[in-house]
Amino acid sequence: MIRPHRHQPLWWAFALHRLSGLALAVFLPLHFLVLGSALNGEAVFDGVLAWSDFGLVKLAEMGLVFLLALHLLGGLRLLALEFLPWRDGQATLAAVAGSASAVIAFAFLFNAI
Amino acid sequence: MNLTSAQLYVLQRLSAAVLAPLVLVHLGLIVYAIQDGLSAAEILSRTRGSFVWAGFYSAFVIAAAIHAAIGLRSIAAENLAWRGARLDALTYGAALLLMTLGARAVAAVVL
Amino acid sequence: MGADGGNLSVRIWKGGAGGRLIEFEAPQRANQTVLDVVTWVQRHRDPGLAYRFACRVGMCGSCAMTVNGKPRWTCRTHVAKVAQDSRLTIEPLRNLPIVKDLACDMTVFFEKWRDARGRFEGRATRYDDIECIAPETPARQAVDAGIECINCAVCYAACDVVAWKPDYLGPAALNRVWTLQNDTRDAAQAERLAAVAGEAGCHNCHSQQGCTTHCPMSLNPTASIAGLKRAVFMAALRGEV
Repeated sequence: MIRPHRHQPLWWAFALHRLSGLALAVFLPLHFLVLGSALNGEAVFDGVLAWSDFGLVKLAEMGLVFLLALHLLGGLRLLALEFLPWRDGQATLAAVAGSASAVIAFAFLFNAI
Repeated sequence: MNLTSAQLYVLQRLSAAVLAPLVLVHLGLIVYAIQDGLSAAEILSRTRGSFVWAGFYSAFVIAAAIHAAIGLRSIAAENLAWRGARLDALTYGAALLLMTLGARAVAAVVL
Repeated sequence: MGADGGNLSVRIWKGGAGGRLIEFEAPQRANQTVLDVVTWVQRHRDPGLAYRFACRVGMCGSCAMTVNGKPRWTCRTHVAKVAQDSRLTIEPLRNLPIVKDLACDMTVFFEKWRDARGRFEGRATRYDDIECIAPETPARQAVDAGIECINCAVCYAACDVVAWKPDYLGPAALNRVWTLQNDTRDAAQAERLAAVAGEAGCHNCHSQQGCTTHCPMSLNPTASIAGLKRAVFMAALRGEV
């Protein structure tokens, strides 16, 4: 349950940053294993990459692109918040980061299909 | 070598600052390269023997391993109430695992 | 909802940590505050109800409670603004041990204030002249922005990091520290920075801005903590903390 004191946009920005970071950290070893399969020859690597032709995998990849963009842009907001002079409107900046991430994710999907 | 929490904070933010431009390039490349599907030949022709990509991905792996390990540490401490030796084991274990697998992946596509 | 008439359905926390919500009916009045409601219940329904208040005008910081799930100063929170369908749920502040009913134990809150060295430590004596602080300097402006804290612990109750990491110093103490770090008369800034750079220090903050969202004085502890993080970052790079 999301408790009432968390009903504000920047709590959600935090939650998304944390969840996207966790998802990326879990995905990273798998990503490295896929790339590492090239050690066993180009054919093996191609065999692993063939998975990305499935629609469901493409959608999952789109999700990962979204999470990566979100973690990047949300993270840039946090770096700016901590290391530059204070500026108001953090919720707006977080919304911009979220929207831009969605645009990037859809750009990926349109290129992928 | 046990880092203080302030040092972990510094490493977390420094690795983030290193990652930011790398991820931006990575995202651009992902969106561009997916256009005709993924193939081993396409990827490897770009990366094999390239000092630039070798440097790019090595920096990427090191920064991501540090950043992810410290992030996982925060999650374990705050959301799972882990403390002490268990927390350190998670942090350094995750960093080591990611660096090892990452180094193997870089070697696989660059060499 | 601004006028007299009708009844409020009020659920109030009774007991300690293992307590429960008890339902009361209380008359609805014009310009009624949440503290008015609690006082009415104590005087007319439950004389044993424990709660804390003093000034009733938003200066002393003693009447903060959780109202419909959010931390608030009850003496300046109008029922009309927060009641949902004439219903109020009033609980003690989060993140602090409950003494009884709506009164929580503020000891830890003030101990952290002390541990963060939230006390002015001057170097001048009574024989020195009064120091001139130009109001337009950036340091003094930073002090002005954070100095009106009334120690109500609303920010502390709103902070998830405190809930998840109970040792964390919390927004109030750190905001106080930031005002002292910008006080040019203070002589203990290196020691104070070390005090907020430890395991429980400012860098635990995730900038969720729950403190800033709920602060009744409209202070911005998140901005103060960001300032401290910068200072700790630079000090850690230099090997000082």
